[in-house]
Amino acid sequence: MRHKTFFWFILPSLAAMILFIALPLVSVVVQSLHIEHEQVIVTTENCGPFGCTEESSVDTEATAQLRAEQPLGRFAGLSTYFDRGHLATAEVAEAWRTQDSFGGFLSELYNLPFYKALAFTLTYTFLVTPLVIVLGLLIALGVNRLKPVLKGPTIFVSLLPMIITPLIGSLILFWMIDAQGVIGKTLQWLFDDPELSLKASPTLTWITLMIYGVWSSAPFAFVVFYAGLQTVNTDSLEAAMIDGATRWQQIRYVVIPHLMPLVVFISLIQLMDNFRVFEPIVGFSAQANATSLSYIIFADMRSDITRFNSAAATSVLTVIGVAILLAPVLLRTWRDFKGKAA
Amino acid sequence: MSSPANRSSRSVVLISSAFVLVWVVIASFPFIWTLWGSFKVQADFFSKADWRYALWGTRTLIETGGTFTGAGYEGAWIQEEFWRAAINTMIVVFFTVVISLTLGTLGGYALARSGHKYAFWLLMIALIFRAMPHITLVSGYLLPFFEWNLWGHLPTSIIVLVAINQPFTLWMLHSFFLNIPKDLDESAKVDGCTQFQAFRHVIIPVMWPGVITTGLFSFLLAYNDFAVTSMLLSEENRTMVPAIAGFLGSTLEEGNVMFAVAAVVSATAPLFVLVMFFQRQIVSGLTAGAVKG
Repeated sequence: MRHKTFFWFILPSLAAMILFIALPLVSVVVQSLHIEHEQVIVTTENCGPFGCTEESSVDTEATAQLRAEQPLGRFAGLSTYFDRGHLATAEVAEAWRTQDSFGGFLSELYNLPFYKALAFTLTYTFLVTPLVIVLGLLIALGVNRLKPVLKGPTIFVSLLPMIITPLIGSLILFWMIDAQGVIGKTLQWLFDDPELSLKASPTLTWITLMIYGVWSSAPFAFVVFYAGLQTVNTDSLEAAMIDGATRWQQIRYVVIPHLMPLVVFISLIQLMDNFRVFEPIVGFSAQANATSLSYIIFADMRSDITRFNSAAATSVLTVIGVAILLAPVLLRTWRDFKGKAA
Repeated sequence: MSSPANRSSRSVVLISSAFVLVWVVIASFPFIWTLWGSFKVQADFFSKADWRYALWGTRTLIETGGTFTGAGYEGAWIQEEFWRAAINTMIVVFFTVVISLTLGTLGGYALARSGHKYAFWLLMIALIFRAMPHITLVSGYLLPFFEWNLWGHLPTSIIVLVAINQPFTLWMLHSFFLNIPKDLDESAKVDGCTQFQAFRHVIIPVMWPGVITTGLFSFLLAYNDFAVTSMLLSEENRTMVPAIAGFLGSTLEEGNVMFAVAAVVSATAPLFVLVMFFQRQIVSGLTAGAVKG
C-alpha cells in the first residue's frame, strides 16, 4: 500500500486518537504543573485616634475574576507532585526518621492518600490477575469435558459476569453482601456472629473487592483458554497417554505448554484492566477502606472545588505506573520485531 | 470425546462436573436473585428478620397486597424519569458504535495491508493508548471542555468514547482483515481499481462478520462506561449508568433503593439479550486477539 493511500485511510482514526488520547495526556501534564491562583489580598491602612493599623483582607471579587481569567492558575513547577496528597516527600522522610521499625514506617506511609491508593491498586492487580488465570483455566478444563448439549448454556451463563456493566455488577454484589442481604446473612449465620459486616473492616473490604474482581474477569480467561483447548493436538495427548502419563501429567506437560501464549495474552490484558480498578470502589462504596489511583483522581474531580492540578498530578503518576507495567511487554515486542527485521 | 485420551475415570468426571456446577451457580445466582428481588419491597430485599422473606415476598404481601410489585420499576422509570437516561444511552451507544466502526474499518484495513514499519509502530502506540486508565484521560478533558463550553453535551461524550475505543477497534479489525486473503483486493487493483475502490467493492462485502464482532465490543464499552459519562455529561443528559449511581446518592430514603434495583435490572436486560443472540461472535472476538496476536 502506498504511503499516501495509507495516510488517508488511517487519518480519521489517528486524528481521533491524537485529539482525545494524546493531547489530553499533554493537557494532564500541563495542568499538573500549575496551581490555582492564591487569593488576592488587599492591605488597607486604618488610621484612628490610637494610631494607624494595617489590615489585610481578601478581595473576593478580584480573586474570582483572576481565577476566571486564568483557570489554569499559576505555574507551580513540580510542587504538586511532592505535596501531601501525592508523593509527600517531606512526610515520607519524616516517617523514615521518626519510626524505628519498618512496619511503623509502612503504616505511617499508608496514612498518606497516594500511597494508600497505590497499595490497594498494586495488591489488587497482582492478586486478581493470577487468580483469574487459574480459575479461568479450571473452568475451561471443566467445561471442555461437559456433554456438547450442556456447553452452550454453560458458556452463556459464564459470560454474564464479564459483560455486565462493572458498576452494576458491583452494586448487585454490594446489595447481596449487605448485613441484611442474602450473602451477608448467610455469612453471619456461618460464622455465628450477628455483628459481622463485610463493610466495616478494611481487610474484609479488600477481600470483597478482589473476589468481585476475580468473579468479573474469570470469564474472559475462561473463554480464551476454552478456545485454546479446542486446538490442543489430540495425537500428542494420546502419545502421552500411551507413554503412561497420568491425567495430571497430560495437563501439565501437554495442555499447559500449549496454552502458554494465551497466558501471556491474558496477563497483559488483565494487568492493564486491573491497574485501573475504579468502578467496584464506587459500587461497593468502599472508599473509606480502599481507594485506587483511578478512584482518587475521580474524587479530586468530584469534590466541591474541583482540584484540577491534584487530579492531573495523580493522573501523570498513574500513567507512569502503566508505563512501568507495560515496559517488559514492549521491550520484548521490540526485540522480536528487531529480530524479525534483521 | 471419541479420542481415548479424553476418556477418564468416573471420579475425575464427577469432580470436574461439580466444579463447573459450582461456577455456574456463582456466575448466575446474583442475577437471578436480583431479578427476583426487584419485584419485592425493600423490607424483603433487605430482610432484617429472615432472608427467606425475599423468596416468598412476606412483607410485599403485607405492604402491597400481592407477592409481586412493580413499584420499584414505576418509581425508577416514571417518577425518577429513568426513560430519559435510557434514551440518552441509546443515542450515545448508537453513534459511538457507528462512528467507531467507520473509522476503525478504514484504519484497520490500512494497517493490515501496509507492510511498512510505521504500521507496526502505530499498533504498538495503540496498545499503549489502550492501557491508559480512562479516568486519567477524563482529567485531561475536564478543564478545556469547561473553558470551551463543550462540557455536558452528548456529542462530546460520543466523540470521546469513539476515541477511547479506537485502539481496541483498530487491533481487532486489523486482525480480522489479516484473515481476508490479500489476493482479493490485489487482483481488483490489477484490474484497474484504486485502493479505495478495491476496499469499497471487494473488501466491504466480505468484512461483515469481523465488523459485527468488533461492533459488539464497541457497544459493550460505550454501554458499560462510567468514568467518561459520569464526568462529562450534565444532569439532564445523563446515561443509564451514571443515573443509577445518582439514585444511590439518595439511598437513605425508604424505597429509593428499590428504584436503583429496578433500574439495575432494566439496564442489565439488553446485555442479556445481546449475549443470547451473539454468544458465538463474542467468544470468537475474545479469542481473535489471543490466537493471532
